[in-house]
Amino acid sequence: MVRKLIFIAPALMFLLLVGAFVLGLNNNPRDIPSVLINRPVPAFALEPLPGDTRGLTSDDLKGDVSLVNIFGSWCVACVAEHPYLVKIRDTGFVKIYGIDWREKNPADGRRWLDRNGNPYTLVGLDPDSKVAVDFGVTGAPETFVVDKAGVIRYKHVGPVTDEVWANTLKPIIEGLRK
Amino acid sequence: MSPRLRQGLLAAVLTVGLSATAWAVQPDEMLKDPALEARAREVSRELRCVVCQNESIDESNAELARDLRLIVRDRVQKGDSNQQVLDFVVARYGDYVLLKPPFKLSTYALWFGPLAFLLLALWGGWSFFRRPATATADSEPVVAPLSAEEKKRLEKLLRDEDNAR
Repeated sequence: MVRKLIFIAPALMFLLLVGAFVLGLNNNPRDIPSVLINRPVPAFALEPLPGDTRGLTSDDLKGDVSLVNIFGSWCVACVAEHPYLVKIRDTGFVKIYGIDWREKNPADGRRWLDRNGNPYTLVGLDPDSKVAVDFGVTGAPETFVVDKAGVIRYKHVGPVTDEVWANTLKPIIEGLRK
Repeated sequence: MSPRLRQGLLAAVLTVGLSATAWAVQPDEMLKDPALEARAREVSRELRCVVCQNESIDESNAELARDLRLIVRDRVQKGDSNQQVLDFVVARYGDYVLLKPPFKLSTYALWFGPLAFLLLALWGGWSFFRRPATATADSEPVVAPLSAEEKKRLEKLLRDEDNAR
């Protein structure tokens, strides 16, 4: 019996490994657990885009549930995400604040928003990643849900789509407003 | 070895050897004080680049890694200890950014896992190589001689088979 087990063991281990790998295939290596969930947003005050009178400060995020979106004119996935953000703005359901990350020239960010539409209530420039690092950002786009008290409640890595909005972000916002 | 070949080999060795020490740190990032710069390098080597994930920020050419290197240097210059700088980054990105995972409850499996597997392998090997000696000793009495009754049956079976043909 024990002898037989020795011959079956490698096959069993192999199957176990295959199982682990199959599960691993569905993991997103970009999905790094954020330690900032349930912590207040870092204090910051960002410069405005050219043409805007106000930038973005951490105080702007208090009062109502809001979305904070990290983007940049250099970011390809942000272009794909943008129409969905404009759609969310049009529903008037929630305010979206933008952090224009690592813009080499602030005018690029301005032009990009003029061309693609501006879903943001306020935009702040973060050219040297100071605030992005405070938010634990690993890439663009990323979207944070911030509650009324200015506490980060959720982080979405990657583009926001209709599906992400309907299944994840909207229910979270509704829950936080109760 | 011909001088030509020797030169060629030397060039190859130098190319490989030197490229290994070519870090991503740009001259314009470096601090003027060599002691502080050395500390910044030391800290940078312990921090994972969150874009490339298997490189430290000291090795990575990603732009976010560069910004993090500058933040590390900024804090070193402002008088943070190495541990304070690491804590600063961990507070934002979690233990994940440390290339050497901390020793605590949630990482025990990581630290003790290899040791557990080594012990398992040793135990497996030990019990496997011990077995043949006991197995042959055990198998001897199993081949007991046939009893008189069994012999009779066997003969009958053989006879029946012959008759059947």
